Amino acid sequence: MSTQNMTNGEVDVYLDYDEAIGGYDPVIGLETHVELGTNSKMWCGCSTNFGADSNTQVCPVCLGLPGSMPVVNRAAVESTIRIGLALNCTIAEWCRFARKNYFYPDMPKDYQISQYDEPLCFDGYLDVTVETPDGPQVVRVEIERVHMEEDTGKLTHAGGATGRIHGADYSLVDYNRAGIPLIEIVTKPVTGTGRLAPEVARAYVTELRNVIIALVVSDARMEEGSMRCDVNLSIAKPGAEWGTRSETKNVNSLRSVERAVRSEIERQASVLNNGGRIIQETRHFHEDTGRSTSGRSKEQAEDYRYFPEPDLVPVAPSREWVEELRATMPEMPAVKRARLQAEWNINEFELQSLANAGAIELVEATIAAGVDAAAARKWWTGELLRVANETGVELDSLTVTPDDIKQVEALIASGSLNDKLARQVFDGLINGEGTVDEVVAKRGLAVVSDDGALLAAIDEALAASPDVAEKIKSGKIQAAGAIVGAVMKTTKGQADAAKVRTLLLERLGVTE
Amino acid sequence: MNDLTRQSAAVLADAIASKEVTAVEVTQAHLDRIAAVDGKVHAFLHVTADSALAQAKAVDAKVAAGTPLGALAGVPLGLKDVLAMKGEPTTAGSKILEGWRPPYDSTVVARLRAADIVILGKTNMDEFAMGSSTEHSAYGPTHNPWDLDRIPGGSGGGSAAALAAFEAPLAIGTDTGGSIRQPASVTGTVGVKPTYGGVSRYGQIALASSLDQPGPCARSVLDTALLHAAIAGHDPRDSTSINATVPDVVAAAKKADVRGMRIGVVTELSGDGYQAGVSQRYAEALDILRELGAEIVEVSCPHFEYALGAYYLILPSEASSNLARFDGMRYGLRAGDDGKNSVEQVMAITREAGFGPEVKRRIMLGTYALSSGYYDAYYGQAQKVRTLITRDFNAAFEKVDVLVSPTAPTTAFKLGEKLDDPLAMYLNDVATIPVNLAGIGAMSLPIGLAPEDGLPVGMQIMAPAMADDRLYLAGGALEAALTDKWGHLLIEEAPAL
Ligand SMILES: [Zn+2]
Repeated sequence: MSTQNMTNGEVDVYLDYDEAIGGYDPVIGLETHVELGTNSKMWCGCSTNFGADSNTQVCPVCLGLPGSMPVVNRAAVESTIRIGLALNCTIAEWCRFARKNYFYPDMPKDYQISQYDEPLCFDGYLDVTVETPDGPQVVRVEIERVHMEEDTGKLTHAGGATGRIHGADYSLVDYNRAGIPLIEIVTKPVTGTGRLAPEVARAYVTELRNVIIALVVSDARMEEGSMRCDVNLSIAKPGAEWGTRSETKNVNSLRSVERAVRSEIERQASVLNNGGRIIQETRHFHEDTGRSTSGRSKEQAEDYRYFPEPDLVPVAPSREWVEELRATMPEMPAVKRARLQAEWNINEFELQSLANAGAIELVEATIAAGVDAAAARKWWTGELLRVANETGVELDSLTVTPDDIKQVEALIASGSLNDKLARQVFDGLINGEGTVDEVVAKRGLAVVSDDGALLAAIDEALAASPDVAEKIKSGKIQAAGAIVGAVMKTTKGQADAAKVRTLLLERLGVTE
Repeated sequence: MNDLTRQSAAVLADAIASKEVTAVEVTQAHLDRIAAVDGKVHAFLHVTADSALAQAKAVDAKVAAGTPLGALAGVPLGLKDVLAMKGEPTTAGSKILEGWRPPYDSTVVARLRAADIVILGKTNMDEFAMGSSTEHSAYGPTHNPWDLDRIPGGSGGGSAAALAAFEAPLAIGTDTGGSIRQPASVTGTVGVKPTYGGVSRYGQIALASSLDQPGPCARSVLDTALLHAAIAGHDPRDSTSINATVPDVVAAAKKADVRGMRIGVVTELSGDGYQAGVSQRYAEALDILRELGAEIVEVSCPHFEYALGAYYLILPSEASSNLARFDGMRYGLRAGDDGKNSVEQVMAITREAGFGPEVKRRIMLGTYALSSGYYDAYYGQAQKVRTLITRDFNAAFEKVDVLVSPTAPTTAFKLGEKLDDPLAMYLNDVATIPVNLAGIGAMSLPIGLAPEDGLPVGMQIMAPAMADDRLYLAGGALEAALTDKWGHLLIEEAPAL
């Protein structure tokens, strides 16, 4: 490894996590952006609908045309206050917007209207639970601020190898997203988490997302970018001053939050152990490799020349309004989980797994659709979570609905499907092969219940293993399993195992 | 009716409403006048003849149909090129916006249209309203109709010159540090900077958002009041616009009475640095006001001496941010896009090519003043001065109803005289700037010709926020007394072109 590589903070081989965390204490800070689900944009009446044709949801204001002026969307202020209250924040009696000045083609005004030293909400906290070898542990993550700002347009870079602006043949910009209300939730530095830092980070973002979804202020979809997380991280020897921090962007799933923290701890420890130094920089996380690469250096910190936005009057939410909003807050996820634990008769660990999987609402909805609680939990935290993890998406992004599970369960109850076949049905649903009935039909998934066909298969199996047949006849009924297994194999799993067993025993004239 | 271009807006509106003349005749007369004299004056950057005549025709149709009309229906107007007008070139005097046609109307334009005021075209101005002479226009200077070798003031020199050259009886200006009042002063016309928030800024290409204010310009106090009433009032698109009833400025202009009014003479805004003829006419105007029954008292505003310094930090700071959007990406000029330059390079080349030297100077100043490490010392301190100046005004208005000063320290200077000396240029606004910093309203009206150069002198009247009617009460009274004395408005003495 060259000296140059060490000083610019890159190493080729990372320490493994245990080695890395053994020598250092991490400090994490999380900045989460959430696009609010208001009907109109932050400063104008344009629609916020996702997926419209490029540059169709724009007007002079969100295009930043000369002379246009912003007007604050009251609904966005309300949503922000609700988030602030849910995070136990103080709500400012008076605060201003500020301009953050920098040039970029996705910014119509070449400044972003944000909040600087006067956020709408500040000094809150969110309690999150992580699993430890000693059982669940509650960690209080302190919230520095919740502030309002506007989203930028979206750039698409055409040509070139990297898909980034440098090297592109040309770039297209869609301003539909410009001016969509965005809130930023910034934690205070989270210390003392030790080796649990990755889990704490994930649990925090997960719980924050739960809160936001419970408030119905955003759909908070990380893959669509309506919730985005930046991870600030530094490490230092125990007791030493905090180290230099990096900021990792492009962390687009809950799972990636955990992976990004873990890999950054590994990277920083590797650099330091090699005698290098950590530089203050922005890094980009890559979902495929689970590692980040260096973005622009922040050693010469960008100067955003913040100053109070003169086109807007201060926001001064009345105390009556704040109290009115406080009085109409929905049940918070933590409270709800305690209730569900009791109602579903599960322990904290099981519920936490559901929460970490982002499955609570899905299970609830599935139960509401009429599915037994245990079955609802089984599918979401078993097969479906496995597929979600494998494909790197959130559970609620899978194209499986509570109603699908209801239909599958009904088919199982009627004996038409078994669990193994049901998994194939879900695979078909996720592959977009149609409805439950269509997948069953197309894939020919049905438990074989034709006695004739089964009996033929049983006879075949018995003929192949006459010794086993003798054992069963002599009363060693447990030996029946081998024949049932053989039948299931020849029917490719499409038989009902219990039925095969009954027929087999009948065939041999044995009673249990 | 004789020469339609010599009439007041009020007289023209009455004549149109009573079918004595048609709005089309009035509009055509002014278009003809523009064609005849604007080659010398260069008040207009763009004449919207077709849409003006269409608007006039619509007014005549309404007259014929007996539809109730606004007080200025059919009267032509020059619009400062800093206000967006749908489908018409709007350049703010800059090359960087050459060719841009806004897809929307500014609120001022929407209200002018609603009042059936006929827009003749876009008037010249210093680039992005930065200047006091209109020499910083990227499209060449405007000439003062009183002396074509002299400046018409700025930044709204085009609007003021259009009035003084009888190319339009009404005009719209915008005033960030005196851009309505100083041009009015040096062209012998009337201009009012309303209370901040009194007229919507929506659609005004921003210079310094916390100081900018559109306002009315005309040749008489009453015409100015009529135009003021047509454009003022709350606008939900401008959240800094005041949501309250607009004072009845027209009634005040008609009442025109200073009896019992306490008028404060601002000690800091006279004496050293003021041209002798300006001081003389100012003193005479004070005598007239006293004779009319006003009580004249001296008032000190000790922090005004810091106003210019604070202004030249706040304005460039806000301007540096407001002008960032002119980057060649979405509209206007794009330079250097050869397929090889990066986006940052295209932005830089465009801004280098599109902005003039004064604009670049102020962007640099503002960028510096807002930089981290300097913010508190510059922008922060300037905001404190602003508060102190507001307090000076508040204390003064406890003692008096209005304040007065000369509008500008000198009469119109020669074209080119101060072009290379920014500080001398900035000093021309020393008396008008405190008003913008405090957000109050002020008027400039002509009070005579300076004996030494025969050029117009203006007096500034300042009133508390949301008391713009007092400007018209006092200005109307003074104008009436001077008109009696001279037998006509001062503007009648302007030389033929
Ligand atoms: Zn819009």
